[in-house]
Amino acid sequence: MAALNDEQVMLRDMAREWADNESPTTAFRKLRDAAPAKGFDPEAWSTVAQMGWSGVVIPEEFGGSAFGYLSLGLVVEQLGRNLAVSPLSSTAVAASAIAMGGSDAAKSEWLPKLAAGEAVATLAIDEGPIHGGKIEASAPGGKLSGTKKFVAEGDGADVFVVAATDGLYLVAKGEGVTVSTRKMADSRSHADVTFADAPAEKLGGPELTQAVVDRATAVLTSEMLGMADAAFDQTLDYLKQRVQFGQVLSTFQALQHRMAKMKTELELMRSTVEAALEAIDAGRSDVDQAVSLAKAVANDTLKLVSREMVQLHGGVGMTDEYDAGLYLKRAAVLETMWGTASYHRDRFARLNGY
Amino acid sequence: MATAAELDRPADTTDAFRQEAREWLEANFPQSLRGKDNAMSAVDGPTEETAEQKQWREAMGEKGWGLPTWPKEYGGGGLGRAEARVLGEEMMRIGAYNPIGGMGVMMFGPTLLEYGNEEQKQKHIPGIVRGEVRWCQGYSEPGAGSDLASLQMFAEDKGDHYLVNGQKTWTSGGQWADKCFALVRTDKSQKHAGISFLLIDMDAEGVETRPIRLISGSSPFCETFFTNVKVPKENLVGREGQGWEIGTRLLQHERNSLSGGGGSQGRMNQGEQIPFIAKKYRDVDGEGRLADSDLRTRIIKHEMDQRAFALTLRRAALEAKGNAGPSAATSVMKNVGARITQDRAELAIEIMGMQGLGWEGEGFSHDELAQTRTWLWGKAVSIYGGSSEIQNNVIAKRILGMLDHQ
Repeated sequence: MAALNDEQVMLRDMAREWADNESPTTAFRKLRDAAPAKGFDPEAWSTVAQMGWSGVVIPEEFGGSAFGYLSLGLVVEQLGRNLAVSPLSSTAVAASAIAMGGSDAAKSEWLPKLAAGEAVATLAIDEGPIHGGKIEASAPGGKLSGTKKFVAEGDGADVFVVAATDGLYLVAKGEGVTVSTRKMADSRSHADVTFADAPAEKLGGPELTQAVVDRATAVLTSEMLGMADAAFDQTLDYLKQRVQFGQVLSTFQALQHRMAKMKTELELMRSTVEAALEAIDAGRSDVDQAVSLAKAVANDTLKLVSREMVQLHGGVGMTDEYDAGLYLKRAAVLETMWGTASYHRDRFARLNGY
Repeated sequence: MATAAELDRPADTTDAFRQEAREWLEANFPQSLRGKDNAMSAVDGPTEETAEQKQWREAMGEKGWGLPTWPKEYGGGGLGRAEARVLGEEMMRIGAYNPIGGMGVMMFGPTLLEYGNEEQKQKHIPGIVRGEVRWCQGYSEPGAGSDLASLQMFAEDKGDHYLVNGQKTWTSGGQWADKCFALVRTDKSQKHAGISFLLIDMDAEGVETRPIRLISGSSPFCETFFTNVKVPKENLVGREGQGWEIGTRLLQHERNSLSGGGGSQGRMNQGEQIPFIAKKYRDVDGEGRLADSDLRTRIIKHEMDQRAFALTLRRAALEAKGNAGPSAATSVMKNVGARITQDRAELAIEIMGMQGLGWEGEGFSHDELAQTRTWLWGKAVSIYGGSSEIQNNVIAKRILGMLDHQ
């Protein structure tokens, strides 16, 4: 854990407590089975906003607390532990795009609403199933056209931050915006969103797109960290109680060494995730490198831990009744979102000149 | 929150010290040694000291700044952490190295400061601080490596002294050491509780060392034989039977220094970075990328691993502020450090091809020959100081609470 101040410790502990008491994995199961149209529980979202989490990266003058990305990451990590469903990450990151590039009017219109949880926002960047592909959407004369694929929280979003060939645009849901749900393995909200001459306000050029995607990626690795930690803890608990051959499984050295290896990787993962968030807060010039490092390491580590979770649970790990499968399915989606490990390794290498 | 940069920034109170350190270093560090390494830490044993090296070692030893945070009453620098950091920065600024090193510094000294009596500290610590006394480690035996508690070397109580008989192995630098800190058995009826921590003079009658030649061609290790060696009772550290506890503590200090937690920056190997070597020996494509995509991928993975490790060392250091001494988490760091060291060497020889596998003679540069030896020597890092498997046991049992078979 990074060196945290008192406010951050409080924030983390509150988020942990809320996730454990109000949003355990049973809450996710309930939501999955109920399948609400917006993809999240409005009551839970309203609580999240009341606690101030939706405003953590929004400037104070617009109703936020401007605590920064490490703070946001601490909250997202705790929610990730329990697979808590929330449009928090997507809203926070889209809000930061508005804060960085929006006009005074746009900021005044949207940021207070987003900080208060009265509106949901998201990024609409990719046009294919793999991050980093070609962007063809364009906005001649402030009318944006194009189709964005697999937009997270696309079902419930009130406003979209959309990537076009020449940068980022702000588009409110309504005229010229069509949302169609994609059902994914993780049972969360993903949608294809088509813009047809939708009224759009420009936020900034391609540099802004990259900066915002880097922020989204860093926040995503926090969720992955929470998931990997929780998946590991649950696997360890299971090994400590499951008896085979007259012995508790956790006493077998072959299993001990696999757990020790995972514990080691988790330590490295935490360092890279926190370093990426700290780099953003510090306004460092190598945020891009720090983010690609964190995402590549997070992908590899969450993949290892979530797959081992199923294997080490044995047959019950294959059942829907146990949580292992829920972590596995969400993990695979997050490993793909904002770039696979190979995408980020290549980017890291290019940034370093080899 | 305090950012890393703030934590690293020296406090105002150290400004005066910075000036003092700068002036002293300028007056005492021989310019001819700029950018050189510490001769005492060389793997292949001590090289003959030049007059300048000797002068520098003695000056630092006298000042106590080779061990800046050790207590002044035993010859240490008696500085606070902030001042020690300033000293390190000032040394780095002028390309000066710390001439005081070795096992006395990394392992035995910190342990004796914790467990030794006043007389023992007065007797042994100053020699370590001045870099005058070399220590070696008498732990492993032919039948007690990873299962160290099975050791057999016996110290028989003869009233005013112990009579020691047995054999140690993998005694690093045994042939050059003045003294040995050893785990010996003082009670044959108990396994762990029968072990004591004893200090033995290497020039005592009955001590014999035989260097062991390694696959790298060097002989940094010895077999050491003890035949009817008389060791005074005052050389027992702690109580009889307390040796396992003391020895374990020492191993934590060892892991801590081997993992890089002892202050290195997390780049375990010196020398050129791997991507740089790759561009020198291998083809690049039109876009300046390494043409062998499989190799490129593995190099990137290694670089990321190394970067993640450096960040983790930094995080551990920030978190450890206020905590005393190394923890069980050093096992995690030791294993990652070993993995990175070995990956780096494997990548280097693969990149260099035949040119990276030279043994001696013309046709190979100094760096190329060194690479072969570094690669081979590096195979030891996952074995010594507790093998990676043993560290995994420590992680599983002490950190994760996974128990032995009942």
